[in-house]
Amino acid sequence: MGKFLVRRLVNYVVLIMLATTFAYLLAATTLSPRVNYEERSPRPTEEQVDQRLDELNLNDKTPLAERWVVWASGVAKGDFGKTVTGTPVNDEIERRVWVSLRLIIVGTVLGSVIGVAVGAYAAVKQYRLFDKASTAGAFFVLAVPAVVIALSLQVFATMFNQAVGAQVFVYNGEGTLGLEAGFWGTLWDRLKHMILPTLALALAQFAAFSRYQRNMMLDVLGSDFVRTARAKGLNRRDALLKHALRTALIPTVTYFTFTFGVMMAGTTFTEKIYNWNGMGSWVVDSIVTNDVHAVAAVSCFMAVCIMAASFLSDILYAWLDPRVRVS
Amino acid sequence: MTGTEIQTSAAVEQRNGSAPVLEVSDLHVTFPGEGKGPDIRAVRGVGYSLRRGEILGIVGESGSGKSVSSLAAMGLLPDHARVTGSIRLHGEELLGLDDRRMSAKRGETISMIFQDPLSGLTPVYAVGDQIAEAVRVHNPAVSKAEAADRAVELLELVGIPNPAQRYRAFPHEFSGGMRQRVMIAIAIANGPDVIICDEPTTALDVTIQAQILEVLKTAQRETGAAIVMITHDLGVVAGLVDRMLVMYAGRPVEIGAVDDVYYRTRMPYTMGLLGSVPRLDDEEKAPLIPIRGNPPSLSALPSGCPFAPRCPLAIDACSEAEPELQPVGAEGHAAACVRTGEIEEHGWSAADVYPLPEASGAGSGQPPREYRETVLDVDGLVKHHPLMKGAVFKRRVGTVYAVDGISFEIAEGETLGLVGESGCGKSSTLMEILSLRTPQSGKVTVLGRESGRAGHRERFEIRRDVQVVFQDPMSSLDPRMQVFDVVAEPLRTHRHPRAGLRARVNELLTLVGLDPAHAARYPQEFSGGQRQRIGIARALALKPKLLVLDEPVSALDVSIQAGVINLLDDLKAELGLSYLFVAHDLSVVRHIADRVAVMYLGRIVEIGAADSLFSAPAHPYTQALLSAIPVPDPEKERTRSPIVLEGDLPSPASPPSGCRFRPRCPKFRTLSTAEQQACVDTEPGLNAVSQDDHGAACHYAEKRTVV
Ligand SMILES: Nc1ncnc2c1ncn2[C@@H]1O[C@H](COP(=O)(O)OP(=O)(O)O)[C@@H](O)[C@H]1O
Ligand code: SF4
Ligand code: SF4
Ligand SMILES: [Mg+2]
Repeated sequence: MGKFLVRRLVNYVVLIMLATTFAYLLAATTLSPRVNYEERSPRPTEEQVDQRLDELNLNDKTPLAERWVVWASGVAKGDFGKTVTGTPVNDEIERRVWVSLRLIIVGTVLGSVIGVAVGAYAAVKQYRLFDKASTAGAFFVLAVPAVVIALSLQVFATMFNQAVGAQVFVYNGEGTLGLEAGFWGTLWDRLKHMILPTLALALAQFAAFSRYQRNMMLDVLGSDFVRTARAKGLNRRDALLKHALRTALIPTVTYFTFTFGVMMAGTTFTEKIYNWNGMGSWVVDSIVTNDVHAVAAVSCFMAVCIMAASFLSDILYAWLDPRVRVS
Repeated sequence: MTGTEIQTSAAVEQRNGSAPVLEVSDLHVTFPGEGKGPDIRAVRGVGYSLRRGEILGIVGESGSGKSVSSLAAMGLLPDHARVTGSIRLHGEELLGLDDRRMSAKRGETISMIFQDPLSGLTPVYAVGDQIAEAVRVHNPAVSKAEAADRAVELLELVGIPNPAQRYRAFPHEFSGGMRQRVMIAIAIANGPDVIICDEPTTALDVTIQAQILEVLKTAQRETGAAIVMITHDLGVVAGLVDRMLVMYAGRPVEIGAVDDVYYRTRMPYTMGLLGSVPRLDDEEKAPLIPIRGNPPSLSALPSGCPFAPRCPLAIDACSEAEPELQPVGAEGHAAACVRTGEIEEHGWSAADVYPLPEASGAGSGQPPREYRETVLDVDGLVKHHPLMKGAVFKRRVGTVYAVDGISFEIAEGETLGLVGESGCGKSSTLMEILSLRTPQSGKVTVLGRESGRAGHRERFEIRRDVQVVFQDPMSSLDPRMQVFDVVAEPLRTHRHPRAGLRARVNELLTLVGLDPAHAARYPQEFSGGQRQRIGIARALALKPKLLVLDEPVSALDVSIQAGVINLLDDLKAELGLSYLFVAHDLSVVRHIADRVAVMYLGRIVEIGAADSLFSAPAHPYTQALLSAIPVPDPEKERTRSPIVLEGDLPSPASPPSGCRFRPRCPKFRTLSTAEQQACVDTEPGLNAVSQDDHGAACHYAEKRTVV
C-alpha cells in the first residue's frame, strides 16, 4: 500500500509542475504588462519600460523560452518572481495563503461532513419529510450559481442585521481594521467575519455530498450484508452505521477530489464578493493588472490544493477499503 | 405467581424436548401495493411447529413465500409489510416486539443463513471480526481477545483451514463456499435454538453444496438447534429433513413426515413437483411431467384453490373456496385439496394424475454414431487468457489456462452434455467455438469447415448453422422489441423473403409451444419459461444444425424446466438437431444428453455415453461429482454417503503439476507412495475404460457405481 501511495504522490508532483508551467505560459502569452506603462503620465520611454520589464523578467521582447527558464529556475529554488509592481510574489503569497486555506479547509470539512451525515440520514428516511426537505434544499443549491448564493447570503445578512438592529453578520473583509480587543476579541471578530463566506462555500459542498451520499447509501441499504448484520443481532442503528454507512463512504471519498476542484473555483468569487484578500481574489486582480507571475503562483497554489485533496482521498480510500490495501 | 409457574412448567417441557421451540401459526404477510396497485399477499396462513433438534424442510417454487415467511420470524421484513398471526419462540410471541428486544433474540436464540454468500458479508471487515462481532453483540462482557479466540474456534468448526491466519482475511479473498461457511459460523456463534437456512446451497456448485450440508449437520450436532431448511431442490430435503412443508402461492399445501410426502403424496401440486424433477437415478429416459401454466400472481389470486388453473384433477368444487389443510393418512400429514380423500382411496401417484407427454422416440432408429455426419469436431482446443495486473499500466503477471487442450466431437442428432464446476472452462469453450476464429491452438471444425479458415461469406453461412441459447432469458432478449421482431431478426439478417416472414415466425412460435397470437407482446410480458421458449424459437429461425445451449434451464423452476426440457427433446427428434448442452445440473444432463464430457480445470477428465458414464463413472472426480448430487428419494438418499471433496477448485492460473485433480483426489490418498508418483509426475491422458468410447483421464481409472 505504501508503494501505491508513493507512486501516487510522484504522479501528483509531476502534475503540479505541468499545471503551473502551463499556467505560466498561458499568462505570459496573453497578459501584457507593457500596457500598464502606456497610461502613465508622464509616459516613460520605451527604453525605460524595457529596462523595467527586464528587471521583472516580464519583457515580451525576450523570447518566451528564455523568460520561462529564468522563472522556472527561480521557482525551483522557491522564488515565484516579482509582481508587476516589483514586490516579491512570495511575500504576497505568505500574506494571502492562510486567508484562503482557512476558508477552504473549514468550508470543505463542514460541507462534506454535514453533507455525508444528511445524505445518509435522508437515505434511511427515504421519501419521508426529512428526505424530501434535504433533497429539495440540495437541488436548490445545486441549481443556483455559487455567485448568486454568495450574494444572496449577503442580502439576507443585511436584512437580518437591519431587523435585529445589530451587526450580527459581517460580510466585508477578514476582520475589522484596527480593532484592539485582545486575543479573544480578535478571534471572535475573525470568526464573525468568517461565517458567511464559509457558509457560501460549504453550502455547495454540502449539496453535492448529500446527494451523492444519499444515493450511495440507498445502494447498500437493501444489501445482503446489512441484513446479515441485523440477523446476527445488531440493532437497526448499529447495522446502518457500522455496516451500511461504513461501506457507502468508500465511493464518496473518491468523489471528494472531484467536488474539491469545483469548490476551488468557487473560492475566487467568494473571496471577491466578501472582500477577502486571499489567493482567489488575487488571481482576479492579477489578471486585470497583467501580473503574470502572480497568476502563475495562484495556479500553482490551486494545483497543490487539488493534488493534496486527491492524495488525501487516496489515503482515506486505502484506509477505508481493505481490498486496496491487500492487493 | 401463576405466570412463573407456567413459565417453569414450560421450561421443564422444554428440557424434555416436548414443547415446540418455534411455533408459527396462521402467519399472513401482505405488502401494500405501490401507489394504487393491488396488495401483494405473499404469505397466507403458514403454520408449523418445530421441536428441539428437528429439521423441517420448506419447499416450493420461487415466489411461493418461503423467504418472506422466514424473514417474518426473524423480524427482518421491511417496515411497510403487514404481518399478522403468531410466531412464538419458546412460547414468547415475537410479532410486535420492538427492534431492541427483537435484536436481542436475533443471532442469540434464532439465527438465519441466507442464499447468496457472495454478498452476505460486509466487504470492509475481516471475516474473523465479523464473527467476533456476533459474539460480542450479545455478550458485551466478553473481551475483544476472547471473542476473537471464539471466532477462530468457530472458523475451525466450519472447516476453514488455518483458522488463526484466515481470521484476518477479507470476504473477497474467500470463495463462495468458504464465505457460506463463515455465514454458518456467524449463525451458530451464540448457540441458537433455531437456525433458518434460506436456500443456503442454491448458489453453490454440487461439490461445495455437499461440503456445506456436512457443515450444517456438524453445526446442528454442536448446537442441538432446530433447523428450518428452505430450498427448491427436492433432493436436498430428501435425505436431510424429518418433516416437510410444501408451499404454493403463499399457502402451505402439504405438510408431513418426509416419507409420507414423498411416497404417499396427497396433493396434486406436490405430485407435480416430484414428477417434474429430472432424476440422476433414472436409467430410462421417460419424458418429464411438466405442470402446465404458471403460478398465479400474488396480487390477483383466483378464488378457490390457487392451483386449480394448473391442476389436472380440478373439478367445480375446487373453485368454490380455498381448501384448508386437512389431515390425511399418517399422523401429522395434511394436505390442502378437496380431492385428498379420493387420492388416498385410489392411491393415485403423479403418473396417474398427470397426463404423460408422449415419448418422442429420439435416438430410436438412428444409425450408430460412427456412421453419422460429424457436426462439430473440436480437436485440442486451447484458450489461455492473460492475467493482468495494474490499473493504468497493465502488465502480464500470468496465464489463466481456461481451456487447455480439449477434444470432442458431436455427431448429427446427438446431444453432448458438457459439465463441471463453475470456473472449469465450460463457457470459455463455448465462446471459442461460437467465435469461429482461429483458436490459439487446436482445431474447431463446424460441419466440415474449419474455423478461422473460412472467408467472410462462408463464416456468415456457418453462423446460420450454429445458433445459441443463453441462460438468462431476460437479458438475452431486447425488452424494446416485440416477440415477432425478436424471432424475425435473424431471418431478416439472413435475407429471408419478406413474403413468408410472418408465416415462418408463426410456425416457429407454434413449434416452441407459444401462441402466435401473442407475437405483438414484449418479452417482459412473458414468464421465465416462455421467454426461454422465445429464445429457442429465435435460435431455430434459420434452421440450424447445431444448437449451443448455455445453462438453458438453470434459471427456471422445476415445473417449468420440465416443459422446456421436453421441448428440447422433441425438437431434437423432430428437426434432427445436435445439441452442445452446458449445464451444472447433472440430473438435467443425464436426462437430455446422449454423451457427456466432464471438465475439470480446463481439461476433459472423462467422456463417454451418458448411460455408461452415469451408471459407472471411472474418474474419481466424476464419481465425487455424481455422488454429491442428492436424489429426490428419502430412503435412497439416507443410505447414500456423498464423496465429499475437500477444498475449492484451484485457480486455473496455477494448475497443480501432474494430474490436476491430485490435491482434491480421494483416490490419490488411498494409493501407495509408489503409485502416487505417477499422479505427481505425469498428467494422465484420456484412456478408454471400456469397449465403447468411454474414456477417463486417470492413471488408476476404475468404474464404480455411485448413484
Ligand atoms: N419487500 C417486498 N415488497 C413487495 N413484495 C415482496 C417483497 N419481498 C417479497 N415480496 C414478494 O413476496 C412473494 C414471495 O416471495 P419469497 O418469499 O421471496 O418467495 P420464495 O422465497 O418462496 O421464492 C413474491 O411474490 C415476492 O415478489
Ligand atoms: S383442490 Fe382441486 S384444484 Fe386444488 S389441488 Fe385439489 S383437485 Fe386440484
Ligand atoms: S491420476 Fe491420480 S490424482 Fe489424478 S485422478 Fe487419478 S488417482 Fe487421482
Ligand atoms: Mg427465497
